[in-house]
Amino acid sequence: MDGIIQFIIDFLGTPAILIGVIILVGLIAQKKPTSEVIRGTLKGILGFLILGAGAGVIVGAITPFGQLFEEAFNMQGVVPNNEAIVSEALGTYGSATAIIMVIGMAANIIIARFTRLKYIFLTGHHTLYMAAMIAIVLVVAGVDGVLLYVLGGMALGLTMAFFPAIAQPTMRKITGNDDIAFGHFSTLTYVLSAEVGKLVGKGSKSTEETSFPKGLAFLRDSSIAIALTMMVMYLIVVIIAGPTFTQGLSGGQNWLIFAILQAITFAAGVYVVLQGVRLVIAEIVPAFKGFSEKIVPDAKPALDCPVVFPFAPNAVLIGFVVSFIGGVVGMLILIALGNTTLDPMVILPGVVPHFFVGATAGVFGNATGGRRGAVIGSFVNGLVITFLPLFLLPVMGDLGFANTTFSDADFIGVGIIIGWVATFNQAWLVTLLIVGLFSLPFIHAIFSKKKEAPKAA
Amino acid sequence: MKKIIAICGSGLGSSFMVEMNIKNTLKELGVAVGLGDMEVDHMDLGSAYPGVADLIVCGKDLEDNVERFGETLVLNNIFDKAELKTKLETVLKEKGVI
Repeated sequence: MDGIIQFIIDFLGTPAILIGVIILVGLIAQKKPTSEVIRGTLKGILGFLILGAGAGVIVGAITPFGQLFEEAFNMQGVVPNNEAIVSEALGTYGSATAIIMVIGMAANIIIARFTRLKYIFLTGHHTLYMAAMIAIVLVVAGVDGVLLYVLGGMALGLTMAFFPAIAQPTMRKITGNDDIAFGHFSTLTYVLSAEVGKLVGKGSKSTEETSFPKGLAFLRDSSIAIALTMMVMYLIVVIIAGPTFTQGLSGGQNWLIFAILQAITFAAGVYVVLQGVRLVIAEIVPAFKGFSEKIVPDAKPALDCPVVFPFAPNAVLIGFVVSFIGGVVGMLILIALGNTTLDPMVILPGVVPHFFVGATAGVFGNATGGRRGAVIGSFVNGLVITFLPLFLLPVMGDLGFANTTFSDADFIGVGIIIGWVATFNQAWLVTLLIVGLFSLPFIHAIFSKKKEAPKAA
Repeated sequence: MKKIIAICGSGLGSSFMVEMNIKNTLKELGVAVGLGDMEVDHMDLGSAYPGVADLIVCGKDLEDNVERFGETLVLNNIFDKAELKTKLETVLKEKGVI
């Protein structure tokens, strides 16, 4: 008997198998042919296991970096990278993340169906990362069991409908229509950039009226971008920490070779994790898309950030470069504060967040404030995504000391809010917050005068 | 012509959406999709190599990065299904697929 119970616990308690079961059920519900069901289920499990393997590689490469940074600057250095932190988090929070993701997507469909927030969030990897983020802060807050899954799912579903909604006014300006929505979890800084654009951009010409060198385009390849920036950062810390200390860590390997290899190994780890994420979401997103199109045909699909890039290619490059500069300035401020009583951790500029998030902030800033809006908006974006993680790290439990963290503003914002409420150590308070926020759009729909009669589902 | 690949910077969201759009478009045009028929997939810029597919689909912003991997179909608006359909139809007719 014990053997059977143990089997069931191990079966559903293993995130990879849980993902497999979820995909299996989804594929059967869509009445897919048997071969497709077997293929999809195995690919999902495979993806999850690859993700875990990549996490090991990343941890192996980022741990010595943390030690070197501490030796060099006497402070803790953090490289924000979603893939790195999520792959580490899934080791502990994998099952909770998987269940929250599924309930969250269902909640997103329910919200889109019955409220005015008619957005379906289709950026699958960000859904996964947000699910992991919510799982971490809720578990650290002491929420567990069914309540964890239900509250987590509600919170996730709400973020999936709410963030595209606040980006929509600017999206209409960028795309010139109201057909597509925006789904990329750094909306807080995008909207901020658009607001900054409005303030400073009066009379400024669009970025697209200038020609701009395309020499940085090769950084669009994220493996190259990560390898390059990590190399620069690693070389700086080993030079300051010195060869003796470095070779203590490397087991005698030449310190410069060690630095370069570890930097590229980090990029390799992220590459592996992305491959895993790709396999997992490739099986989940089509089902989600299919169900939502059936149940909420009038919803707007909220799509990944490169959707706005073709509308303003120059703003993309300006946004990246200026946001990165903002990140460097932010880092220098943090290092300068290291000698004061504040003694903060140092958030280093990760090139991937500055590329995708900075570029998008540039496009949003340009839409409302032209060149000036793009430049100042993305600079503010760079500063904000540097300072925000400082407030997130304390609510992430052991993962707050992982030398890496979430990089995009919405993950951090949601984490900070839930995590802050959770510091009161009252599960009911967190419940009240999430249930309260979740019911708002429904209450609004009920009292809204222009409410349409719900069609039969 | 056997294989179409959609490419974006990280190979996660955008290229995946484009892949789904390509599959739908091919069905509309009466082209069979799947192993042995027309294969459609998505990937990131870093995983691509010359000859990765018979046709590569990407957004205008990645045109310069992708060109060296083979024949490309460049979309001004990566999620515009009408644009995709028109351009894809032209290519498929040139290649004698339809």
